Amino acid sequence: MTTVALTVNEKAVSVDTEDRTLLVELLRENLGLTGTHVGCDTSQCGACVVLVDGVAVKSCTMLAAQADGARVVTIEGLAKNGELHPMQIAFNENHGLQCGFCTPGMIMTAVDMVKRLGKQLDEETIRRELEGNICRCTGYVNIVKAIQAGATRM
Amino acid sequence: MAHDGIGVRVLRKEDRRFTTGQGRFTDDVNLAGQLHAVFVRSPHAHASIKAVDTSAASKMPGVVAIHTGEELEAGGIKNLICGWMIHSKDGSPMKMGPYPPLAIGRVRFVGQPVIAVVAETRGQAEDAAHAVQIDYEILPAVTRTADALKPGAPVVHDMEPDNSTWEHGSKPGSNLIFDWELGDKAATDKAFANAKHVTKLEIVNNRMVPSAIETRAVVAEYNSAEEHFTLWNTTQNPHLLRVVLSAFINVAPENKLRIIAPDVGGGFGSKIFTYSEEVVCLWSAKKTGKPVKWTSARSEAFMSDAHGRDHVTTAELAFDENNKILGLRVDTIANIGAYMSLFSSLIVTYLYAPLMSGQYVIPAIHVNVRAVYTNTVPVDAVRGAGRPEATFVVERLMETAARELGVDPAEIRRNNFIHDFPYQTPVLWKYDSGNYDGLLDKVLAGSNWNDFPARKAEAAKRGKLRGIGLSTYIEACGVAPSSAEGGALGCGVGMWEMSEIKVNPVGTVEVFVGTLGHGQGHETTYAQIAADRFGIPIGSVSVIEGDTDKVQQGMGSYGSRSAGNGTAAVALALDKVEARARKIAAHLLEASDADIKIENGEFIVAGTDRKVTLTDVALAAYTFHKLPKDMEPGLSDKAYFDPSNLTYPAGAFVCEVEVDPATGVTEIVQFTAVDDFGNVINPMIVEGQVHGGVVHGIGQALLEEVVYDGESGQLMTGSYNDYCMPRAHDLPTVFELEFQTTPSPSNPLGLKGCGEAGAIGTPPAIINAITDAIGTNDLQMPATAEKVWQTLQKASAKAAA
Repeated sequence: MTTVALTVNEKAVSVDTEDRTLLVELLRENLGLTGTHVGCDTSQCGACVVLVDGVAVKSCTMLAAQADGARVVTIEGLAKNGELHPMQIAFNENHGLQCGFCTPGMIMTAVDMVKRLGKQLDEETIRRELEGNICRCTGYVNIVKAIQAGATRM
Repeated sequence: MAHDGIGVRVLRKEDRRFTTGQGRFTDDVNLAGQLHAVFVRSPHAHASIKAVDTSAASKMPGVVAIHTGEELEAGGIKNLICGWMIHSKDGSPMKMGPYPPLAIGRVRFVGQPVIAVVAETRGQAEDAAHAVQIDYEILPAVTRTADALKPGAPVVHDMEPDNSTWEHGSKPGSNLIFDWELGDKAATDKAFANAKHVTKLEIVNNRMVPSAIETRAVVAEYNSAEEHFTLWNTTQNPHLLRVVLSAFINVAPENKLRIIAPDVGGGFGSKIFTYSEEVVCLWSAKKTGKPVKWTSARSEAFMSDAHGRDHVTTAELAFDENNKILGLRVDTIANIGAYMSLFSSLIVTYLYAPLMSGQYVIPAIHVNVRAVYTNTVPVDAVRGAGRPEATFVVERLMETAARELGVDPAEIRRNNFIHDFPYQTPVLWKYDSGNYDGLLDKVLAGSNWNDFPARKAEAAKRGKLRGIGLSTYIEACGVAPSSAEGGALGCGVGMWEMSEIKVNPVGTVEVFVGTLGHGQGHETTYAQIAADRFGIPIGSVSVIEGDTDKVQQGMGSYGSRSAGNGTAAVALALDKVEARARKIAAHLLEASDADIKIENGEFIVAGTDRKVTLTDVALAAYTFHKLPKDMEPGLSDKAYFDPSNLTYPAGAFVCEVEVDPATGVTEIVQFTAVDDFGNVINPMIVEGQVHGGVVHGIGQALLEEVVYDGESGQLMTGSYNDYCMPRAHDLPTVFELEFQTTPSPSNPLGLKGCGEAGAIGTPPAIINAITDAIGTNDLQMPATAEKVWQTLQKASAKAAA
């Protein structure tokens, strides 16, 4: 058992949990933040992407204990005071989601992408940068459009 | 056209919760005191269960219950079923082997659930599951489709260990489930005897996993005072699941079983069926008195979600001297897996063979299908379900024939197109409406087909092999008419659809539908229909699906049926509510029903400014103190829609590729898709369905394949490490969509449906393009870089020899 103390969406929390607890399990089960999803068990699908100390991380591949002392932002923490983040708006305006299951991971990945590569992202760059995110519904076309549009408004 | 009405690109209402992490998927459901189930699954492809020792596991921390197949059987739980009876040519019924939810005595595929361990936390259940000791005697296994009928092949369902016979009274002694045919064999043989040219192909349709990104999950709760179950499940069809669980598997009477499909994260067919896990969790909830939850891991999904496709086919197309088709004959062996899943027999018969006419006039067709057992995961519907398999056969034959005859691939098709509708094919289906020349003209123009030779030459200068491939597909969806077709074809259930429309006292509208959206945007599209009818903003319309307590009946969403059947039920229910509302408005305005015009949420006496709003009408309906005695209070109605026919979307796709001969890597440089879905509600959503379907088809053609080891029967592609999903960088460089509209005459709004078409038409376009590029036709899916490279090496070795 271990105690993990961290900040999640600007709120300080402290959780006692088994050593083997993954960060995604801590978020979903201990903290009730079910917006971050689990889609695979080999770190491929990206449905679990969150920001840890400003960097996109697959929360299924990180132990909760590794996040001790960290600042974590999940999909629930993007909108501020009821106002949607430009990337969230862009996904709606560009029909960048269908079933919605991969969407939180896509949006968090996109936010990180813009942080690293800037606001003027071309299609080829976005397609390449989405290698760690799998979607079965959309065929990616509108996800790429959404990210391109959202980036310019960040 | 109303602002939020039919035909408008309305942005989706449901996006708000999905983009903010407020979706409610089944694994997000947590009940107080819930226990967690973990399944111990067979590690062997085929084995007898000699002994099971759960004593160590049962003593581990947190373990509350351990369930076995024998326990469920003794408790009256029945086997999983296949709901579609098929008879062989000799009249004998299909050989449906018993399929207990937890294995009894024998396991028949890697992944088959044997024991369920239920504990207070998932970690405790997993730890205890590892401590369950099962003593297996390994038996020889057969996994390859082509091997299942070979003499000496291991038999998957033979005599049971206690020498009992099967449910249907006869033991097979072979893996043949049924030997079925459709069409006219004599006429087809005659056509071939008279043919000027015959094109023949051996085709393998590669096995796929459906891979919705949300895995299957179950939360089962039992209220012992009421003897009532509530099941949260990732099902595409809550009512169908309820009927099967109640009437066939004997879990509970229907009125004691509520099923809720909350947000469902993709289905692609895999979430239609009744699986072991929901049966066991319901049982466990009753036994333990606590809610029981199970969520599939991804590697677990690979070995438990129904797989798709997996055919081995020999097909021939006969032509006369004018390159007109005389006949088509097809001989397919279809892999059903180790047990017959709910619709497995339908997919390889009536959703396959009747599509063999394609877009063409073919006087004589004969299709023979032998369905076989192997020691693999059960196979059932995956996006397209039988139609991709048929389209691949027909469109590869047409392209190959064009090459053999030295004819342009577009012209050989045009020369054989159907022109007059409705068109009765020789294989049951009667096509409703279409314009195949129109589709072909559009795709040839859109893809700059005529300028291809110049592009090919330019690519060659860069050392690339450029190829172009065509696919003109038709598909049949909107299952299913319950009339002669459905009943006579052996279906266990009719496939109508239901909608109830409720106008609330202060004017908001609730639309209840028995379909189950799992990504298709139903909360928006069905609302558009109601918004359109009354001219009201879409914000005042709510769409409710997925809870058997709220939506009284339904058949679910699969086979692209929500477009044809769901919207029709909504339209018919709206007709009834509109008629009722008009009567009330007419009464309030002292006019006649016929003089009432409905516009912008108002009922206006035509030619005057006298009007009442929908809210006025609704309030009057519910307060009901000034309305005539022959009217009923309230403003709500229900309608069922039973289609008169399937619907027949069609399209034409052109795929252009560049193959790098040094690596075998294929780049799709251009993909042009022209589709005819009849009328559409929301073009934005329809485009999204085509994108998704085409990329799904790219996955099948280039990347995806389920592989079983021939010796051990082990599943070699058991995770995303080994099974390659299409990603964003696999998209065509240039990807263009175009649409044509020939409305369906079989439903009130004229929709044909669009969810599967991309997955149906794409694979042959891609393989036609690659074989064109590399100059050799002997290539099976998936055309991975390695496979294409090997094919090129073999071809050049032959050329050098």
